[in-house]
Amino acid sequence: MASQLVPLAVFLPLLGFLVNGILGRKIKHEALIGAIGSAAVGAGFVIGVFTLLELLRAAPDDRVRIIDLFPWISAGGLTTGVAYQVDQLSVVMLLIVTGVGFLIHVYAIGYMHGDPGFWRFFAYLNLFIFAMLNLVMADNFLLLFLGWEGVGLCSYLLIGFWYERNFEKGTTGDAAKKAFIVNRIGDFGFLIGMFLIFTTFGSLRFQTVFAQAAVFEMGRNVMMAITLALFLGATGKSAQIPLFIWLPDAMAGPTPVSALIHAATMVTAGVYMVARCSILYALAPVSLEVVAVIGAATALLAATIGLVQNDIKKVLAYSTVSQLGYMFLALGVGAFSAGIFHVMTHAFFKALLFLGAGAVIHALRDEQDIQHMGGLKSHLPVTYRTFLMGAIAIAGIFPFSGFFSKDEILWKTFAGGQWGLWLIGLAGAFMTAFYMFRLVTLTFDGEPRWAPGKHPHEAPKTMTVPLMILAFLSLVGGTLGIPPSLGGGNAIEHWLAPVFQPAYDRMALGQHENHALEYALMVLSVGVALSGIFLARVWYSRRKDIPESLAGRFAPIYKLLFNKYYIDEAYEAAVVTPMHKGSERLLWKGLDVGVIDWTVNAVARLFGALSRSVRVVQTGMAQNYVLVFVVGVIVMLAWLLAE
Amino acid sequence: MSVPLPYFLSLSALLFTIGVIGVLIRRNVIVVFMCIELMLNAVNLTLIAFSSALGDINGQALVFFVMAVAAAEAAVGLAIVIALFRNKQTVNIDDINILKW
Repeated sequence: MASQLVPLAVFLPLLGFLVNGILGRKIKHEALIGAIGSAAVGAGFVIGVFTLLELLRAAPDDRVRIIDLFPWISAGGLTTGVAYQVDQLSVVMLLIVTGVGFLIHVYAIGYMHGDPGFWRFFAYLNLFIFAMLNLVMADNFLLLFLGWEGVGLCSYLLIGFWYERNFEKGTTGDAAKKAFIVNRIGDFGFLIGMFLIFTTFGSLRFQTVFAQAAVFEMGRNVMMAITLALFLGATGKSAQIPLFIWLPDAMAGPTPVSALIHAATMVTAGVYMVARCSILYALAPVSLEVVAVIGAATALLAATIGLVQNDIKKVLAYSTVSQLGYMFLALGVGAFSAGIFHVMTHAFFKALLFLGAGAVIHALRDEQDIQHMGGLKSHLPVTYRTFLMGAIAIAGIFPFSGFFSKDEILWKTFAGGQWGLWLIGLAGAFMTAFYMFRLVTLTFDGEPRWAPGKHPHEAPKTMTVPLMILAFLSLVGGTLGIPPSLGGGNAIEHWLAPVFQPAYDRMALGQHENHALEYALMVLSVGVALSGIFLARVWYSRRKDIPESLAGRFAPIYKLLFNKYYIDEAYEAAVVTPMHKGSERLLWKGLDVGVIDWTVNAVARLFGALSRSVRVVQTGMAQNYVLVFVVGVIVMLAWLLAE
Repeated sequence: MSVPLPYFLSLSALLFTIGVIGVLIRRNVIVVFMCIELMLNAVNLTLIAFSSALGDINGQALVFFVMAVAAAEAAVGLAIVIALFRNKQTVNIDDINILKW
């Protein structure tokens, strides 16, 4: 029974972490370290495949397995075990995490070659996979939270991996701290949500909680509070408004990290969590509305910023934020399986794009500014072709995977009657196509603009092979979700349906079987994407004067976008500075120095003063002491005689 | 014909009082020291007197112990006085007031 081996898939990366983390410095061979790290993840993928086969053989209503390892915490009414839930949803996530993770591990062997922290890098990556698998496989909220915090920690460690390097206005350490602190704000919401779940349902196990929730009445305030608190956690982890600001800075880490953690897996944790709790959200229509609006707003906001960024990884980072927005839009309109489908396809093409960007950065020796690239098409043929496939996929051109998942989301949004959100999504799709092809054109086409001393060359096999595999997946990944209107069975939706069925039952979504309308919208979104691509090709290869003159004519807007709406500055002014100043003036100089230290010193001064007045009794003259002694004896004698 | 007990006790009290007053008012450390010895011997005299009056040998035995301790104490006390004199060039008790804060 392969599903019984799932704990092994979870714990092998922990073993890899321990081996590489403790012995890595002694193992001098990079190949061995890389092999240990990759094998620990690859084994998980193999187990995942066999688990999937096992579940496929089982009857559709018998595809949930709970593997109880050992009791973890037992206190009062709370009992939590280390137990893993293998079902349709978690096995999909298991395959994404270990599959994409394995490819990125292999890629990193080539990318990190020669880095003094090579062993440390692989140890962290394995620890991350361990935490991420706990997150997606857990059968209760507490174990999920363990993974949730674990991936946050690994994210911090890996963003600051090159801790001696500078990044923008500070160091990579600043970027790492920013990611960690912003995530903590979200974690606070998650904790509150978890407490509320425990007080409401008396348990933290998914099955117990969801079974009770399935018979709850609609629209109770506590459900809204729970779901909104959990969603706050999701906005932190999955980089949504208002907590998305850490993700672009997370690009300070090595590129494989950006691909694995900040594109393919960790940032989808929020999407997974909301999908996992679909029944809770189904009972809180207001929360669903909030999720959808935040998702759409993030998709649009991040896409507009992505239009004008010049750092190759920054563009991809904002693109990730934007695509995560699409996923939340899907969840918010009740299309849970479409959201998970987009998680999967996005993992393929965004990992591909980041790894391709890594190959470019590698070839140009740490150059990240696309203004200093260009003409790399002939130097990096494999990278160019795979990157182009990734760009087409994310732009949503038929028949690449991005088309199916993004169109599914837009169609479900439209069918749900959310025309405003659909329009925002469509605008975002246009911008996605535009900024991706601006990136492709500026990086690979045109005249070389890099420093003359550089001789870019194609990356080694360990890097190009993962690129090719991911490019293949980006091309065919969509076949899992071909909608009925195009003659497909939408396999992934059927596969995931039992997980989301309780939620669907409570939401009573209208089924719109209007194929003509669906076709029209497909054509429309592909047309929008194509026009975005066309515009970018023209503007950035032949008519470079147009974007420049536009930037000049709409200078305020351009500056606004280029500076990311000054959101970082606004947060700095509204939150960080008041916090600093408040800590300094009120807490440090006011409370600590003024009250606590003052009280302690006052007590000391009081006793000092008392002592000074009493110490004159001690004259040091022996005869004085004797006198007191004698007087005392006389008094005592007198007293005794008087008795 | 033996001397009555009150005579002994009166003499002893007188010697003791002289000793106390000497300790309190004299300035020379050696004289103070001698006054302390005087007090000890006044007490010894009391012990002997009671021992003889009550016909109990224990009082006399105790006096031997007191004398032995007094001898040891005299040795230590004089040693302190010598050490003090070497350090301060004085045996005037008013000049020796370092036993304080």
